Amino acid sequence: MLAKRIIPCLDIKDGQTVKGVNFVNIRSVGDPVELGAEYSRLGADELVFLDITASHEGRKTFKDLVRRIAENISIPFTVGGGIHEIGDVDALLCAGADKVSINSAAIKNPDLISEVAKGFGSQVCTVAIDAKLDESGEWTCYLNGGRVATEKKLFAWAKEAQERGAGEILFTSMNHDGVKQGFANDALRVLSESLSIPVIASGGAGKMEHFKDVFTEGKADAALAASIFHFHEIAIPDLKKYLRDEGIPMRIV
Amino acid sequence: MKVVIIKYNAGNIFSVDYALRRLGVEATISGDADIIKSADKVIFPGVGEAETTMNYLREHGLDNVIKNLTQPTLGICIGMQLLCKSSEEGGNVECLGIFDEVVKRFVPNESIIKVPHMGWNTVTADPSSPLFKNLTNDPYFYYVHSYHATVGKDTIATTDYINQYSAALHKDNFYAVQFHPEKSGKVGEQLLKNFLEL
Repeated sequence: MLAKRIIPCLDIKDGQTVKGVNFVNIRSVGDPVELGAEYSRLGADELVFLDITASHEGRKTFKDLVRRIAENISIPFTVGGGIHEIGDVDALLCAGADKVSINSAAIKNPDLISEVAKGFGSQVCTVAIDAKLDESGEWTCYLNGGRVATEKKLFAWAKEAQERGAGEILFTSMNHDGVKQGFANDALRVLSESLSIPVIASGGAGKMEHFKDVFTEGKADAALAASIFHFHEIAIPDLKKYLRDEGIPMRIV
Repeated sequence: MKVVIIKYNAGNIFSVDYALRRLGVEATISGDADIIKSADKVIFPGVGEAETTMNYLREHGLDNVIKNLTQPTLGICIGMQLLCKSSEEGGNVECLGIFDEVVKRFVPNESIIKVPHMGWNTVTADPSSPLFKNLTNDPYFYYVHSYHATVGKDTIATTDYINQYSAALHKDNFYAVQFHPEKSGKVGEQLLKNFLEL
């Protein structure tokens, strides 16, 4: 049976992990390759590396980092951040990334999704969506890490992304992100039931029950989290064992 | 031992090279017939579309090179599909015909609507197959695909997704897997090691 996926997300700045303290088993928590390898060893199903560097030099460092990750880590990984055009995608895939995650650039230029899907296959094209539930009860999509509201609505945009060739949707609820009170399960369920591509849930993980809920109530195919893994609030082996005992198909290493 | 990874117009062949290096093997990546023929082991990997890749292999004479290989050869993902008789992808494409199986698209049903099949799924293998030795029962391997090979006499492992299909095939010197051992953690490393030890 296809397992539900647990995905730690690492924020990278100038080639170093931003969060990530207190790891006992590894030499340098700042090194994304070492941290990624540790997560892989602990049973993470995939990894996401998000480049939050602004400078040009930092971007080049990130590409070199992607190559080192590909050389050293034997599970799939997605990279995102700073992708503006097809050339950026080409460079990251050539460096060894399995998938790219496109967020703002896809909203600004939806044709980019089609170009990536056509050029490299849908399976490499994850469309990330940051959305916020407003007072009128609608989910509005945001640009630039949640700073700029757009005209786009979550469900319509996710559907359009799928039709343009996205291979997966990574949905972050801005209402739930960082609050640690659980994922946006109602919206996730609507997304998952209306799309024919996998949905990755992001934002809101605080305890192990939240992961059970996101897979059962939210019908998500995968769940992504950052700080609760980085700060050891939840250990991946414990989480996966708990979820398996709750009847959720899990790959245990 | 000389390992050659066949280079052609499919993506993602470098991750196989990286995986072999982690096992201490320096492979040669080549589309040259003589280099491929001289290998002790051949790996035919890739992510791509059946019609485009078959056309490329024919245009470059690689179709006959691959068919006539006598050393252990491992097809991965699209490599496995191209070793089958035909593929529905891109119409009805005639493939290399090492295995009698045909490659079909997943048709979503009421309980499973998501295609591609993406993520980790269990593989039930013939315990006597050397390709799957030293692995636990029903190990998880990483998959990304929308087409699958049917089950038949050459099937040595199966996976269930929408329907049961061939996770691995074996005939004479030819082995093939639909999943990505190069992306399947320790389990994948063991499988690649098993292949290299054949």
